[in-house]
Amino acid sequence: MFTAVFGSVEQGIIYAIMALGVYLTFRVLDFPDLTVDGSFVTGAGTAAMMIVLGYHPVIATIVAIIAGFIAGCITGLLHTKGKINPLLSGILMMIALYSINLRIMGFTVENSVGRPNIPLLNSETLFSQFNNWWGSLGVNEAINNALSGIGVKSLPQTWGTIIIVFILVVLIKLIFDWFLKTEVGLAIRATGDNKKMIRSFSANTDNLVIVGLGISNALVAFSGALLAQYSKFADIGMGIGMIVIGLASVIIGEAIFGTKSIVRTTLAVIAGAIIYRIILAFALRIDLLDTGDMKLITALIVIIALVLPNYFDKRREKSRKAKRHAERRASSTIVTEQEGKNLA
Amino acid sequence: MLKLQAINKVFNEATADEKIALDHINLNLKEGDFVTVIGSNGAGKSTMLNMISGALTPDFGEIIIDNKDVTRLPEYKRSQLIGRVFQDPMAGTAPTMTIEENLAIAFSRNKKRSLKSGVDKQRKEFFLQSLETLHLNLENRLNAKVGLLSGGERQALSLLMATFTKPSILLLDEHTAALDPSRADLISKLTKQLVEKDQLTTLMVTHNMQQALDLGNRLIMMDKGQIILEVGEEEKKDLTIAKLMDEFQRIRGEKLTSDRTLLSV
Repeated sequence: MFTAVFGSVEQGIIYAIMALGVYLTFRVLDFPDLTVDGSFVTGAGTAAMMIVLGYHPVIATIVAIIAGFIAGCITGLLHTKGKINPLLSGILMMIALYSINLRIMGFTVENSVGRPNIPLLNSETLFSQFNNWWGSLGVNEAINNALSGIGVKSLPQTWGTIIIVFILVVLIKLIFDWFLKTEVGLAIRATGDNKKMIRSFSANTDNLVIVGLGISNALVAFSGALLAQYSKFADIGMGIGMIVIGLASVIIGEAIFGTKSIVRTTLAVIAGAIIYRIILAFALRIDLLDTGDMKLITALIVIIALVLPNYFDKRREKSRKAKRHAERRASSTIVTEQEGKNLA
Repeated sequence: MLKLQAINKVFNEATADEKIALDHINLNLKEGDFVTVIGSNGAGKSTMLNMISGALTPDFGEIIIDNKDVTRLPEYKRSQLIGRVFQDPMAGTAPTMTIEENLAIAFSRNKKRSLKSGVDKQRKEFFLQSLETLHLNLENRLNAKVGLLSGGERQALSLLMATFTKPSILLLDEHTAALDPSRADLISKLTKQLVEKDQLTTLMVTHNMQQALDLGNRLIMMDKGQIILEVGEEEKKDLTIAKLMDEFQRIRGEKLTSDRTLLSV
């Protein structure tokens, strides 16, 4: 059980980077960007392809981020310059990326132009390199000894992975929070809030939408690149439903932690992604369910997260009204009783 | 400062709904002029403002601001020179952002937006001082989200945001029309105060004749896409609502009508 939760947290943190990207488009820019399903694989595929071709994992990851940025910018161009509806621009880009991703992964084979998956079993990844160095510090043994001392049974092989993804996500969160408070960041937020207003303050909303989508998909591709290295493979189908997972994280996080300020909301999104993974891990432990049911569970979680708050709000409103009504009734009966006495 | 030369605009051309919105409009504003614009519904007042701001482009004619032809300049570039306040109090501010963030956005109007922090210490001080001039106690609510403000407060903030970077032209599009009378009065006073402080060249559309007479040094009346009456600085001083109504009747041979009460004070 401990290892299952531990793995969920590791993965949750990696997915949190993607969720921050989804938050930027869905919430900040108010742009439902479906490019995510494609750009996640673009990130994973690009990183895996370059690692197989012998590049350093850091360089492979950086190139993956740039590829995601470009994909997002193209979606932005389709919408702003091509005047295509936001949803449709994203869907078009997602479909186009499917073929592009096959081609990207196809660079690793000579007898064909496309390739649906790349295993990274024996390749050096960001995680394997970090863990080599981390393992030599002897911290793993220290933590595990301490934990087994308090009775935890199955222990993770290494603590290095969770440490490095944690450092990465904290860094990204800090940069993200800072960026949304810069002059450009404020203009991007205003673009999602009130386009007419920000245009009257001399901001080019087209460019802001394009840059916003670029940054969002760069984060998504970063997340994809990390997941490929974490799970040691890239697959053409690994992005299916990614947008829903991102949304689930955003909604769960916001529902639990609130949206008082930017700093608070980005924290909520990250926590939402981790909580989502843990819920999923528990759901899969029920014997009735199979890994193939994952997308169905995801959809159900999102539906519940969307419907329940409305339901509770209504319930609360109803009981509040009933209470007020009862109070008024009570006070009016007192008055009539008194009147009755006066009459008598 | 601002020059409109033979501006023409036709909506829905070559259909049954064809409407000549602006018919050879010529207008000249000198630096520091404050011109109020009145006219019945559909007279072309808002269309004219939208032409100047760049939200619409004229079919023919030229728009010149600060001796620069801006007719084809996109809206976002032109708004470096133009401050605007809209009729809808929701339109001029970003509701999910705080007061200081909104002010920071407005502050960057005539500068290139960079990766510098939007609200630094120096700016905050300036924002505080500017907000104090409104006397609405907003200076103590810098971190409140603008969506929480009342319509009047939002409109006052919009007015400050439109003016505190000293734009070449200030456009006010019935900016008190959506407010209750006491709030409208407050915004009118603020308008006068802020415009006078920086001697802003201003064009204000209003449905309220009394407001049109109280504010500004010149007045124009529009009807059916044309400017039918121009009142200069000297004549405007002893102009009354009754005189304006008579004038309209003399020019058009019909009574000035509107589905809104033009006489309301």
